[in-house]
Formats: sequence, structure tokens, C-alpha cells
Amino acid sequence: MEGDIVQMGAYIGAGLACMGMGGSAMGVGNVAGNFLAGALRNPSAAADQTATLFIGIAFAEALGIFSFLVALLLMFAV
Amino acid sequence: MATESSEGGLVFHPMDQFIVSPLFGDGPVAWYTPTNVTLWLALTVAAIALLLVNSTRDARVVPGKAQSIAELAYGFVYKMVVDVTGKDGVKYFPYIMTLFMFIVVANFLGLLPMAFTTTSHIAVTAVLAVAVFLTVTILGFVLNGPSFLGMFWVSSAPLPLRPVLALIEVISYFVRPVSHSIRLAGNMMAGHAVIKVFAGFAAIAAISPLSVVAITAMYGLEVLVSFIQAYVFTILTCVYLRDALHPHH
Repeated sequence: MEGDIVQMGAYIGAGLACMGMGGSAMGVGNVAGNFLAGALRNPSAAADQTATLFIGIAFAEALGIFSFLVALLLMFAV
Repeated sequence: MATESSEGGLVFHPMDQFIVSPLFGDGPVAWYTPTNVTLWLALTVAAIALLLVNSTRDARVVPGKAQSIAELAYGFVYKMVVDVTGKDGVKYFPYIMTLFMFIVVANFLGLLPMAFTTTSHIAVTAVLAVAVFLTVTILGFVLNGPSFLGMFWVSSAPLPLRPVLALIEVISYFVRPVSHSIRLAGNMMAGHAVIKVFAGFAAIAAISPLSVVAITAMYGLEVLVSFIQAYVFTILTCVYLRDALHPHH
């Protein structure tokens, strides 16, 4: 019984951890959108900054991946 | 995981594709057992050797198809290293080229039907990420000595803030290998699991045309993601390398 409740809590927590995905999505969208806005204002400088764009996206995405990690830990490690 | 499949609605479990199983027989998996992971890692290395060694053996001034691809990959990674780390990072170009080719070929081989995606396992990507982390840390101390620690002391910030920032910098430094490895493994695993979920829906006659379209679309996205994740992994390696070469920004 007690183990069932713990497992239920773990599953609910794993589902809640998916909300981190939304935050990460907003972050990545923000980075890409601002890059596009800047690139359209000054297209000649945009090509040099694509590496920075991908680094920014990777850092924003990393936080979403931590929520995925929390979900995985709840599903398989707790 | 595999035992649930007979009771559930799906014919197979979407996570079944990530099970590590021995190539011969059904015995337990020890560290020396040849498994499907071993097979696909070996195939990755063989494919890279075929592409890079074989195509440039009789290099011509006007390159053929395979030589064009090899030259394109070389030029792409070389430009990335020079752009991000600067001219003094070129010394470490072979390592970064190796990482990029391994990850991109492993990702693409994993997209073949019935293939095993080696980069979807954290065990594989963690080795790559920890190797990068150790290389960069050791290199930073060898090249800069103890002043490498100055990277954590942000001298452009106001003095009362500096200890707080130093703590945050240290934590984010040690989280690097974690996020570095899980980003690649998580992206590959999630994409392949979604494809298999849609493939499970294809067994239901009413929605099977829709699911075939969805699989095709997801597959196209996965081809893109495979390349972008290899690119992101390599460019982050370049960023970490730049921190080791020039810790004071």
C-alpha cells in the first residue's frame, strides 16, 4: 500500500516535471526569435552570429533537459 | 518494460528499441559480451573509415562524390574551430573532428530501420562528455597553471557579488558534463521513442494513413535533429576549449 502511494507520487512528479519542457520551449523560442529580429535589421552581421545562436539555444535547452532528467530519475531510480 | 507489451494496446513497447541484448545467444550481458551496441559502434567507426580514409586515398583536384563529402565535413569543422576558439585552437582540431564525425555518423546510422542508436544511451554520450570535461580541465591547468581558477572569479562584477558569482560559476562548471551528455542522449532517445509511438498507432486500421504521414514527418525532423545535436555537441566542446585556452575572457 505504502509502496503504491510512493509510486503514484513518483508518476505524478514525473508528469509535473514535463512542465519544465514548456519553460525550455519559451527560452529557445525567445533566443531564436530575437536572433531573427536582429538578423533582419542587419542581415550582413547575421552569418557570423549563427554559432552564438546555437550556443544560446543549447544553453536554454539544457534547463529543459534537467526536467527530463528529474522525470527519468522519478520513473526509474526512486 | 518488454513484459507489458502483450497486455497493452501496442504491438511493441516504444522503449524496446533501446534494450541492450547480446548478439549471440541470450546469456547475461558482461562487459566483454558482444552486444548490439558493440555492433553499431563498430559499424560507425567502419563507416567513418570508409568515408574519410577510402575516399581520400586517391585524392583528385576535382573531387568525386565521397571526396566532396569528406572535404565538406573537414572544412565545416575546421571553420567552426577557428571561429569559436581562434587560431590557437587549431592544434586541437583532430580531437574535435573525431568527436563530430563519430556523433554525426552514429546519429545517422541510428536512423536506419532496425538499427540501434548508440548515442541514445547515456553510457555512450557520458563517456564522450566526461572525456571532453577532463581534457578541457587538465588542459586549462597545464596551460594556465593555478590562474585557470581565475575563470571562476568574475573580476568585472562588483566586489560583494563576486563570491556568489564564483559559487554559481563553479556549480555551472561541474554541471557541464551532465548537460553535455544528457542533451545528446535525451534528444536522440525522445525522437526515436516518438517515431515508435506513431509506428504503434499504424496497427490500428482507421488511423494508419495518418500515422504513416506522422512517421514520415518525424523522420524528417529527426534527420535535422541528428545533425544539429552533433553540431551543438561539437560547438560546445569548442566553447569549453576556448575557456581553457583563454580563461580571462
